[in-house]
This record gives sequence, structure tokens and C-alpha cells, in this order.
Amino acid sequence: MTPAFLRANLNVIGALGARSVKQTFRRPQLLAPILVFPTLLLAIQTGGAGSAVNLPEFPAVNGFLDSMLAGAMIQSTLLAGNSGAIAFAVDIEMGFTDRLFAAPISRFAIVLGRLAGTFVLGIVAAVWFLAIGLIFGASIEGGVGGALLVIGLVALSAAAFGGLGAAIALRAGRASVVQGLFPLVFVILFLSSAFFPANLILEPARSVADYNPLSFIVEGVRDNIVFSPSLEGLAEALGAIALIGAISISLTVLALRHRLRTGG
Amino acid sequence: MEAATATASRELTRDTLGAHAAMVWALIARAGNEIVRVPGAAIPGVLAPTIFFLGLTAVFGNLTELSGFPTDEYQSFIIPVSLLQGAGFTGAATGVNLARDIEQGWFDRLLVSPAPRSVLLSGLVLSASLRSLVPAAVLLTIGFALGVDWPGAGGLLLALLLVMGMGTAAACWGVTLALYFKTQGAAPLMQAGMFVLILTTTAYAPLDRLTGWLQDVAEYNPLTQVVDAMRQGFVGEGLAWSETWPGLLVMAGLVALLGAFALRNMRRTSY
Repeated sequence: MTPAFLRANLNVIGALGARSVKQTFRRPQLLAPILVFPTLLLAIQTGGAGSAVNLPEFPAVNGFLDSMLAGAMIQSTLLAGNSGAIAFAVDIEMGFTDRLFAAPISRFAIVLGRLAGTFVLGIVAAVWFLAIGLIFGASIEGGVGGALLVIGLVALSAAAFGGLGAAIALRAGRASVVQGLFPLVFVILFLSSAFFPANLILEPARSVADYNPLSFIVEGVRDNIVFSPSLEGLAEALGAIALIGAISISLTVLALRHRLRTGG
Repeated sequence: MEAATATASRELTRDTLGAHAAMVWALIARAGNEIVRVPGAAIPGVLAPTIFFLGLTAVFGNLTELSGFPTDEYQSFIIPVSLLQGAGFTGAATGVNLARDIEQGWFDRLLVSPAPRSVLLSGLVLSASLRSLVPAAVLLTIGFALGVDWPGAGGLLLALLLVMGMGTAAACWGVTLALYFKTQGAAPLMQAGMFVLILTTTAYAPLDRLTGWLQDVAEYNPLTQVVDAMRQGFVGEGLAWSETWPGLLVMAGLVALLGAFALRNMRRTSY
């Protein structure tokens, strides 16, 4: 791999990443699930279940909003992965991806370009929800360092979930199939500690939440907002992201090979 | 001569009414065919509220431990909201389907038919009203299996009546937007409108247990009356007319208001 080849592929990743971000901001149907929908749900759930902080087993927090911010961020990253996958599938349907495959660039750079865009959208989502939290009275116990850790974890999560979405888009090749996975996002969220502390979730969802990698990511993000950064929480969150990332990469490689071999 | 004219006029009116009824029935049958021939089309209206029902019960089930909560079973408390959500999504899907028909030119053919616009609208919204019973049936089956309290025959009938009303109102909302935007791209607006209207009520907890802005909004959101009327069968000690009539009145008002908007847009639409 020569430096020139590497530079060319980095340019491709940058260009495709920028295209992906612009595409999301230009199409409300892609942006709405990432920012508008999680914000609405955050506002409604905070008002609707805010009295839960009075439950004896609820962890001591400044406010229910503080506790809910991490869930909203991770919900946003999951939906960013889904939106990115829909846009990727549309590119495949329209033949844009085939033209990229025919170009003298690494095929993985094409996928990484899409994921770079999702990574940036993860940063946007993290900053958006931190800002909303601060405006409406939440406090970031981890301070500036904690906020930076939150942004980093959320962006990495977005890229990991985006990888899963890219694999599905490559394998299915149809936007309607990828769009049909939207409800699954909520199944995964409800079976984690995204919206409520795991010790207060009813069985059998509680047992699933205890082992759901998403719970580890949410808790890692939540630690920095509600309590203070902990090395253990950070390590568990990074481990869960690495696990999802590894699965994403494996599935993407298989899907890419299948598409290149069969053309569909 | 006058008697013959009167008879001919009566027959004409009878024929016209018969033709209108046939048109409404044809549109209802077409929507029914879609459930059988395209089962995937009914999935969002069934799947989304079912996931929310199961998810919210599992996640927020312990809220019943708060003092003043009217029941020990959160599934009984939340099921009216899920029923309304299912009807809302199904009604909104009527708007999405209409936008698809507009994009594909099929709706233009309906517009050039001699059927009045009010008949076309009736066919669309009545089909939504009946289709909203599909998610309701699924949700109630799952709910009763998970221990939702039996609301009694009266409570069940009231719930189904309000579900059909919600389906009609949501369809009117969807039709209004579909005729205005003329694209399926307006689908999120059709769905989000109903989603927000339903969840900014006493959906998650009783009014005095809501916090912040939601308590104020829920107090003035007229749909709160509908949720409370429907809920009394599931968590109360039976139906009380004083709790029922405000819900029925609000639902009738909502259908009348959104129906008027839909009819206005329908009459303004030209081919």
C-alpha cells in the first residue's frame, strides 16, 4: 500500500463522508429520526415518567432529565445508523455505488466513507443533546472532560451501529428492507437500560438488559453526565462498542464480498 | 304529471344514494384488499404500538409503586394509549396511501368520476375507521394474555368506539396533509402529529404524577379526556357517565374539525 494510494483513499473517505452528512441535512426524512424524534421522546418521557426519581430504588440524580440524556443520545445513534443505511441502500438502488465499485479505489473506502458521515452525525447528536440538557437544567457532573468523553463514546457508537446498517444495506440492496428494520431499534432500546435504570426494569426485560451491549454503552455515557467519569464504566462501554464494531466489520466484509461476487 | 315527476325525483335520489353507498363500499373494500394482498402494509400500524406497549410496560412498570397511582398493573394503565396509537398510525397510513395514489395518478381517476368529494372522503376515512380495529384486536389479545384487566363489555365497546373515532380523526388529518403536500414525503408529519397528540396526555402517568411542561400540556390537551374515558374500563371500578361523555364529546369534535379540513382540501383539489 503506497502513500499515494493511502492518500487517495483517505480523500475518498473524506469526500463520501462529507456527502453523507450533506445528504442527511438536505433531506428532512433522514435528519428527523436522528434529532427530532429522539428529542420529542426525551421531552415526553422526562415529563411523563419524571416522578420515577421518587422511587426508593432510583439512583440519586440531580434530575430525571440528566438520567434520560444518555438514552436519547444512543437512540439517536441507532437511528443515525438506520438513516445512513437507508441512504446507502438508495445509492445502491440508483446505481451510484456500482459506479464507485468500478472506480480505482478500495471498496472498503466506500463503506468507510459512509461510516465517517455517521461518525460526524454522532458528534452532532451528542452536542445537540448536551446543549438541550444544559438549557433545560441538567448538569454534566463529569465537567468538560466528561462531556468530551460523552461525545467520543456517542460518535464511536454511531459508527459501530452504522456498520451494522451498512452490512444490511449491502446485503439487501433495497431501501424498503432497511426501512423495515426501524421498529427493531426500539426493541433493542426497550431491552436495555437506555430509558430507565436496569434494577427498576421488570423481568424478563431486566435480565436481557443486564447482558445487552447497548446497556454498557448507555451506562458508560450516563456515568459522565450523572455521576463522574469511571474507568470501569468507560472500559465496559468501549468493550461493547468494540464488540458491535467487530460484528459490523465481519458482516460488512461478507456482504461486500457477496455483492461483488453476485452483483446483487 | 306532478305525481310522476315526484316519483321520478324520488327514484333519482334513491339511485344517487345507492351509487354513493356503492362508491363508499368500493373504497372500503379496496382498503380491505390491501390488508389481505399486502400484509406488510398493516405491519407499522400493528408493530409500532405493540412494541411500545410491551416496551413501556417493561421499562416503566415500576411507576405503579408511586403513591396515588390508580393501579398495580402498568399494562392495564398503558393499554388505552397503545390502542389509540395503533388507531393513529393506521389512520395516518390512509394519508400515506392517498399520497401514493396521487403520485401514481390513480386518485385523478377518482376525481373525474361523478362521485361527490364528500363520498370519496367518506370511503377513505370509513376504511381507516374499520382498519383501526386490526391493531386493536392484536393489542387486546396480547394485553389480556399479559394480565390486562378485563374492562367489561361496556368498557370494551367504549374502547373500540373511541379507537374507531381515533382512526377516523387520524385519517382526516392524513388526508388533509396528503392533499396539501401531494407526496409520500409528508408521511413523517402525518405520523408524528398523531404520535405527539396522543403522548402529550396522561399517557405515562396520572395528571398529578406528570412533571414540568407535560403536566400543563396534558391538562389542556383535549385528548386527555379520551384517554381517561377509555382508561376507566381498564383500571377503574367500571364506567361512569361523568367520565365517559367528555371523551365522546372530544372525539366527536376532533372528527368534525379534522373532517372539515379534509373536506375543504378535497373540494379544492382539481385534476
